[in-house]
Amino acid sequence: MALAHPDKVQLFGEGGVSTLRLIVYLTIAMVLMVVDRRGDHLGSLRGFASIVVEPLYRVAALPADAARAGRMAIVTQSQLADENRELREALLLAQARLNRMAALSAQNERLRELLDAQGDLGLGVQLAHLIDVDLDPFRHRVVLALGSRQGVVIGQPVLDAHGVMGQIVEVLPNTAVAMLVTDPTHAIPVMIERTGLRTIAYGTGAIDRLQLPNIPISADVRTGDVLVTSGLGGRFPVGFPVGEIGDVSNDESGMFAAAIARPAAALNRSGEVLLLQDLPQPMGPPLPVPVQPPVAPPGARQ
Amino acid sequence: MNRQRATLWLFVGSIALAILLQLMPLPQPLLPFKPFWLALVLVYWAIEVPERIGLGFAFLLGIGGDVLTGQLLGEQALRLVILAFIVLRFRSRLRFFPMWQQALAVFALLLNDRVVVLMIRGFSGDPTPPPIYWIAPVVGMLAWPFVFLLLDDLRSRLRAKES
Repeated sequence: MALAHPDKVQLFGEGGVSTLRLIVYLTIAMVLMVVDRRGDHLGSLRGFASIVVEPLYRVAALPADAARAGRMAIVTQSQLADENRELREALLLAQARLNRMAALSAQNERLRELLDAQGDLGLGVQLAHLIDVDLDPFRHRVVLALGSRQGVVIGQPVLDAHGVMGQIVEVLPNTAVAMLVTDPTHAIPVMIERTGLRTIAYGTGAIDRLQLPNIPISADVRTGDVLVTSGLGGRFPVGFPVGEIGDVSNDESGMFAAAIARPAAALNRSGEVLLLQDLPQPMGPPLPVPVQPPVAPPGARQ
Repeated sequence: MNRQRATLWLFVGSIALAILLQLMPLPQPLLPFKPFWLALVLVYWAIEVPERIGLGFAFLLGIGGDVLTGQLLGEQALRLVILAFIVLRFRSRLRFFPMWQQALAVFALLLNDRVVVLMIRGFSGDPTPPPIYWIAPVVGMLAWPFVFLLLDDLRSRLRAKES
């Protein structure tokens, strides 16, 4: 193919691109980034582009789906039988635990009624498939095959069978993007189940590590302690497992203890997840009850 | 006319494939090794058909990438514009490099791209990524000869068929 500008070709020349245009484009890109950082304009743009974006996600996920289906097709009978047996045992165990929980839950309900407390433990959940695409290896986000048409809203907690996975950060008509608890920009308020100590678990960017950088040095934290959501912050409901403390040491300044935890949920992006439907109880103290004027006792003298 | 249409298809197809490869999932431990496919394909076309690739095209491609991956709007646009600028500037020399030198040049470009990303993310307040972050340019360098030879071969086949 002939060159378009044969006279312009020089070994050390500008080669048809001017620095001015570079500067113009760089400036536009930077302005875009700043504007996007200030307000969420990318979200609305993605909303418009979702007609293209969503099918592309599905197409990109096809090979992985096909590979999984292929593996499923050639898996042997004995493997299936083994898996079936394991699942049956797990179900039995879960069922037994659930029966005990039912009694406890009924007791809890009675006590709650006695205390006249609000809020119930009924959970509305929605099952969502993962679309297996990779948005950025250094940000832990997953794409779910449910969107605003199915009633998904930003901020919904995402769970799996073992614990909290993350929360919804972006919603398109038929897909949603969830940020995992291990994303480097994610933080989740947690409580150590054994002692009730409340702290915050930050994502590290590694799929199997959470970081708890500021625990008081005098606090009682041990390897193997279970972390559950504390319910503070009003985003995650209380009591879901988040992880397990793996290692406790002093931080660099020596003022705090820092711990590393392993997430409880299976975050390696496979299978289905649960979306919690009802957001947790509202933050802050309850609304004031209208004060009734004191009733004069019958027979009191005026 | 026909030939032009065929190369146009190759051009569009290669870019679409790069976008899909960029989104394609890998097993978790392999994820950081994924090269910046969009950049590799863009570099190829910028070296071979510079009249089709301008800074504007690189910018639009980057915006498309940003919309797809839901990152900061303009991040990939900035990266690809810088990349395209450097390639177009040194195109006449890059073109006649032997393959290993070309691969080294691509490595330098991708490394530079990594530094740009680090700066952008640093400004937007992300923590410093782990050391494995720097492995992707090496993979990109290793992938370059294959990308180059594959696209070159397809292009020459198209040309041979229609002439």
